[in-house]
Amino acid sequence: AQTPLPARRTRTLDEEPTPFDTVTHYNNFYEFGTGKEDPARTAGRLRLRPWTVRVEGMVAKPQTIDIDQLIRQFPLEERVYRLRCVEAWSMVIPWVGFPLAALLRQVEPLGSAKFVAFETLRDPRQMPGQTTAALQWPYVEGLRLDEAMHPLTMLAVGLYGRTLPAQNGAPLRLVVPWKYGFKSIKSIVRIRLLDRQPPTSWNLSAPNEYGFFANVNPDVDHPRWTQSRERRIGDWFPRRTLPFNGYGAEVAGLYRGMNLARYY
Amino acid sequence: MALPLAVLVARWGAMAWGLSPRAAGLTAEPVAETINQLGLWALRALWLTLAVTPLRAVTGWNWLAAWRRPLGLWCFAYATLHLMVYVGLDMLGDLGLLWADVVKHRFILLGMAGWVMLLPLALTSPRAVARWLGGRRWRVLHRLAYVAGLAVAVHFLLRVKGFQIEPWIYAGLLALLLGLRRWPARAIMHWTRPRA
Repeated sequence: AQTPLPARRTRTLDEEPTPFDTVTHYNNFYEFGTGKEDPARTAGRLRLRPWTVRVEGMVAKPQTIDIDQLIRQFPLEERVYRLRCVEAWSMVIPWVGFPLAALLRQVEPLGSAKFVAFETLRDPRQMPGQTTAALQWPYVEGLRLDEAMHPLTMLAVGLYGRTLPAQNGAPLRLVVPWKYGFKSIKSIVRIRLLDRQPPTSWNLSAPNEYGFFANVNPDVDHPRWTQSRERRIGDWFPRRTLPFNGYGAEVAGLYRGMNLARYY
Repeated sequence: MALPLAVLVARWGAMAWGLSPRAAGLTAEPVAETINQLGLWALRALWLTLAVTPLRAVTGWNWLAAWRRPLGLWCFAYATLHLMVYVGLDMLGDLGLLWADVVKHRFILLGMAGWVMLLPLALTSPRAVARWLGGRRWRVLHRLAYVAGLAVAVHFLLRVKGFQIEPWIYAGLLALLLGLRRWPARAIMHWTRPRA
């Protein structure tokens, strides 16, 4: 049911993209079950239209935007990014989307806005995993405003040149390539600008394991496993994990002077 | 108990034949999936082994007794394969890396402790060794299976992310099996008895 999404390729990697079949059948999306292959089976119940996104909070122009209008609103780009899961596996994915900054500028954040909070749809009839206590629902995530405005941060509406499959977070998801995958919240219905740090789902679930920042960091282990290495899906042997998932030259400046072992 | 292993071997065979890992039923991460499956069957075999004696006591099915030793050895076989795949394909056989993983992560330490406790049980499994050890000493030593079970139950609880029911079900079953035995109560009474 995915429709083509013409986009200009603005960013490539000298790494082979993970096959489409793998990207769409190995997902952590607990709203559709905790098994990696559950979302591909059960996410079909998600009704993708009509879908609106509410952008509000500390902004001059709060808006409720229809997803089709949003897709037409900004020039679509194809960007090939690495995705590093906190579970120490990784993929390379050609996303289609636009910079989050473009949408944020449109709603005009107030000077008092310092953080951006995101929220996934909550509807247990469409998302059967929400009838379990795996996490608190709805899934919530957040970024500091400067992270949200960073040119690498994107809102994705597609992958491999077509609209997003439901199991990958359709119709609209966040992609923050230098952070662990769980920061890249899926199936977004609400974006709020705030003056304080918002709660985030995995941090609420296990604060000693998942921090607010969740930058990919080979030097700070997860309490249960090492983060120094990762298994690229399709490879036989693990490889070294790169600081900020290899995007350090572009994003390390955001965290200058911060103790990243404390703010993990 | 051989069936899950046969299925895993067949899936790896299919992959070697050229099927994608997912088509072969091993998900996109065949190594992780294999480690998980081997670990889960080691745990199930251990729980079944521990269930034999209480089940016999409750049902009077004495033919179950013959199953205890093979089940225990299957448990050790799955646990050893689980450990070997983790050390060989995840740690790449690097013992320094393995040691770092064990000492830094309680999750890994508990799994390793479980295997280390199963080792003497497997070694004292042959009848000749059991005879040499003597029945009483053998029985006391083999209570270690419950301690291994506790380590493994927590290992599984630590394995999952978020709240998931499956490891709690196994932990509850273990508590039930332990509760059905009389010796834990005797041991607690023994240890807590005031000494003169």
